[in-house]
Amino acid sequence: MVILTTILQRIFYAVMLLIAVLVLNFSMLHLAPGDIADTIAQASGGADADVMEQIRRDYGLDQPFFVQLGQYIGKVLSFDLGHSFFYNQPVTTLILEKVPATLLLVITAQIFALVVGVLLGVFSARNPNGMLSHFVTFVALLGYAAPVFWTGILLLIAFSLNIQLFPSGGMIDVTVEGGFFAQTWDLLKHMVLPVVTLSTIFLALYSRLCRASMMEVLGTDYIRTAKAKGLSENEIIYKHALKNSLSPVVTLAGIQFSAVISGAVLVEAVFSWPGLGSLALQSIIARDTPTILGILFFSALVVIVGNLITDMILRMIDPRVGSKG
Amino acid sequence: MRGIIKSLALATAAVALATTASLAADEPKKGGTLTMAIQQTPRHLNPAVQSGTATGQPGTQLFASLLRYDDGWEPQPYLAESWKVSDDGLSVTVNLVKGATFHDGKPITSEDVAFSIDTVKANHPFKSMFAPVESVETPDANTAIIKLSKPHPALLLAMSSQLLSIIPKHVYGDGQDPKAHPQNSENVVGSGPFKLVEFKRDQHVILERYDGYFMKGLPYLDRIVMRIIKDESARTIALENGELMVSGFEQNPRDLNRMKKNENLDVSNAGYAAIGPVNWLAFNTKDGKTADVKVRQAIAYAVDRKFILKALMRGTIGAAKTGIHPGSPFYNDGVEAYDLDLDKANKILDDAGYKKDGNGTRFGLTIDYGWPAMKPFAEYVKPALKKVGIDVTVRSSADFPTWAKRISTHDFEMTMDNVFNWGDPVIGVHRTYNSKNIKKGVIWSNTQQYSNARVDELMDLAGATNDIAERKKYYAELQEILAAELPLYPLFPSPYHTVSSKKVVNAPNSIWGTSSPLDKVWIK
Repeated sequence: MVILTTILQRIFYAVMLLIAVLVLNFSMLHLAPGDIADTIAQASGGADADVMEQIRRDYGLDQPFFVQLGQYIGKVLSFDLGHSFFYNQPVTTLILEKVPATLLLVITAQIFALVVGVLLGVFSARNPNGMLSHFVTFVALLGYAAPVFWTGILLLIAFSLNIQLFPSGGMIDVTVEGGFFAQTWDLLKHMVLPVVTLSTIFLALYSRLCRASMMEVLGTDYIRTAKAKGLSENEIIYKHALKNSLSPVVTLAGIQFSAVISGAVLVEAVFSWPGLGSLALQSIIARDTPTILGILFFSALVVIVGNLITDMILRMIDPRVGSKG
Repeated sequence: MRGIIKSLALATAAVALATTASLAADEPKKGGTLTMAIQQTPRHLNPAVQSGTATGQPGTQLFASLLRYDDGWEPQPYLAESWKVSDDGLSVTVNLVKGATFHDGKPITSEDVAFSIDTVKANHPFKSMFAPVESVETPDANTAIIKLSKPHPALLLAMSSQLLSIIPKHVYGDGQDPKAHPQNSENVVGSGPFKLVEFKRDQHVILERYDGYFMKGLPYLDRIVMRIIKDESARTIALENGELMVSGFEQNPRDLNRMKKNENLDVSNAGYAAIGPVNWLAFNTKDGKTADVKVRQAIAYAVDRKFILKALMRGTIGAAKTGIHPGSPFYNDGVEAYDLDLDKANKILDDAGYKKDGNGTRFGLTIDYGWPAMKPFAEYVKPALKKVGIDVTVRSSADFPTWAKRISTHDFEMTMDNVFNWGDPVIGVHRTYNSKNIKKGVIWSNTQQYSNARVDELMDLAGATNDIAERKKYYAELQEILAAELPLYPLFPSPYHTVSSKKVVNAPNSIWGTSSPLDKVWIK
C-alpha cells in the first residue's frame, strides 16, 4: 500500500516536472539569439533574404512567443513531439533511432564504472595505507579531474593511432562482413574506448565512496562479531560488509545517472558515437527547437525512471529504506 | 618491435610492387570500397533544394549535373554532351547524352532538365544562379533550350557540381514540397555515378556503383562509405591509421602539417577555387568609428597579414588581397595589399584627428567571431591594433546563430568572417557589396552596409555579359575600388585540402574539390 501511494505520488511529480521542463526549456531556447533560418543559411553557405523569410514563416517563427509556446505544449500533450526543423523528420523518429546507441553506451559505462569502482574501493579499503590504495586514489583523482574530451582524445592517440588496437570512432564498421559473431565483435571493439572514457569520472566517484563506506563498515561492531566467530576475511568482506557499504554507492549511482547522460554528449562528439548526445549537440547548434525540446523531454523521463529504479534497488539492498518507524 | 613490423611491411610492399610493376601504373583497377569522411550530417541528400558541402559531397555522387569542371575552370561535358551559348547570350542550347538513365532505369530527358532548373530556381537559397532564366524549352527529349532575360555569365558554372543536380520529374514532381520530399533522404532516385544504399544520420552515407551510369566504363569504385565525423582530431587519427582513405575540406593547419609528414598520405590543396572560401576582417561601414574609411585603412596597415599566414596558418595558405578567391580568373593581384606599416597607420589616424589620450589610446572598438576556428584571428587583432592606439575588445558568441544574429542585425563594429564565392562572382561575391543587398536578419548579405553606386554599376555590367575580357576589366576596377574603400579587409582563403591515402588514384582536384563526382577515382 505504502509503495503504491509512493509510486502514484512519484508519477504525479514526474508529470508536473515534465511540463515545467518543457515550459522552461522552450522559454530559454526562445531567448537564445538566432534561429533555424540562420543555421540553414550557414549549412547552405548563405541564403537570399526572401528564402530566410520563407523559412521563418514555414516554421511559425514569425508568431508571438505565447502562441508558439501554447501550440507546442498542446502538441506534446497530444503525444506529438513535432517535426524537426533541420531534418524534416518526426522528432520521435529521430530520438528513437538514436536511443539504443546512447543507452548501450551509458548503461555499459555505468555498469563498468560500478563494478570496477566497487572492486577498487574494496581493495583499497582492506589496506588503506598500502601502495595499491594510494595508487587507486591517484588514478581516481586523475580520472575525475581530466575533462572527458581530453581523456577521449588521449585514449584515441594511444590506442587507435600509436597502438592500433581500436577503431577511431563510430559504432560499427560497415565494411566488416560476416555473421552475427563478427558484427558483435566489431561493435565491442568500437565500444571499448568510449565506454572507458565515459566511465573514468564515475569510476573515481564510486571507488572513493565505496572505499570510505567500506572502511566505516569494517569498524562496526557486527564485523567484529563476525571476526570473533572466526569467519574468513573474504567472507566478512563480500558477505557482510559489502552489502552494507553499497547503499551510498547505489544512491550516488542513481543520482549520477543524469550526469552520465550529459557526459555522453561529449563522449559521443569525440568518438562520433551516433547517439542522442550527437543529436542534441547538432540540434542546439542548429536551433532545431522541436528536436532539442524532444531530447530534453526524453532525458527528463529517463532520469525520473532511473531514480525510481534506484529507489527500488535500494529497498532490496536495505529493507530499512522507505519503511516507516 | 614496431620498427621490425614496419620494415617487414615495407619489404612485403617492395616485393608486391616488384611483382605488379609490369602492370601499367595508369591502368585503373576496378572495384573496391572507398572510405571517406564528411564533416557534418547533411540535412538530406538532394542538392537541388539544399546547398552546402555536407549535402554536396554525397549529392554530387547521387546526382549528375549538366557540366563538370576540370582544375582549370574549363567546362567539360557531363550529362550535356554539348552546349552552345547564342551570340546574343539570350539562349543556351544543351544536348543531352543519349541513353542516360536515372537509378530507377527511366531515361533522363530534357523534361527532367527543365524540371530541375525550375525546382532549383524556386527552392535553392542562391536566387542569383537562375534568376534571369525565363523558360526552358524542350523541342525533343535530348535538347533543352534555356531562355534568358539577359546574358547570364554565371550560368555555365551554375550548371555544374552541386548547383544544378538533375533530378527525376517523375519522382520529385509528384506535387509534394521538394524541400521536404521523403525521397530526399531515402530511396533517392539519382542520375549520378553512385546510388544510395543507406543514409544514417550522424553515422554514414553508403553509396554503391550504378551499373547503368551514362559514362561508359565508369565508375571504377564499387562502393563509397562516407563516414560522418565532426571532430577534426578524430578525422586526423582515422586518416593516419588508415581507416579513412579520403577527406576533403580539411583546414586545420596543425593537423595538415602533421599529416603532410605521414608517408602514407597525400595532402593536396588543389581544387576548391570554385567553392572559393575567403576569410576577412569585416567592418561596419555605416555606424561608429569604422564608418570612417581612414580608420579602416589604418586598421588594415596595422594588421599584419604575413604574420597571420606564418604564425597562425603555419604556411598552409597564401594571401587573398581581395574578396574574390585568388584561384578565380577574375582575381586582381595588383590591388593595394596594406602590408604592415605602423607609422603609416599612426599617421593616418593622427591626420584624421583621432588623438591619443594619456594612456596612448585613441578609441575603442569591438571585434566578433562566430565559431572557434576564427578565435585566434580575432584575438590577434587586439594586440595588433593596440600598437596604433586602438583598444580592441573581443566579443565571443556562444555559437553560430548567436553571432549570425549580431552581425546580420548590424550590431557590430568589426568581425572575422568567412564567405564562399560559390562559382561565379555573380553568385557568391556580389551579395557582399551590392547596396541593394543590405538586408537585416540575413547573414552573408551586405552586412557591412557598404554602398557605392559605381560598385553596384560595375557588378551589374559584369553580371550581364559573357565576354570574359570585358568582365575581367569590370572586376579589376571593382577590386581596386573595394581595396581603396575597404568595407572589409581580405586576409586569406581557407586552406581547404584534400587528404588522401597514397593508394587512392585520381583523388578529386577540380575547382569544386570533393563536391565533384568521384567516378574516376580508383584504389591501387
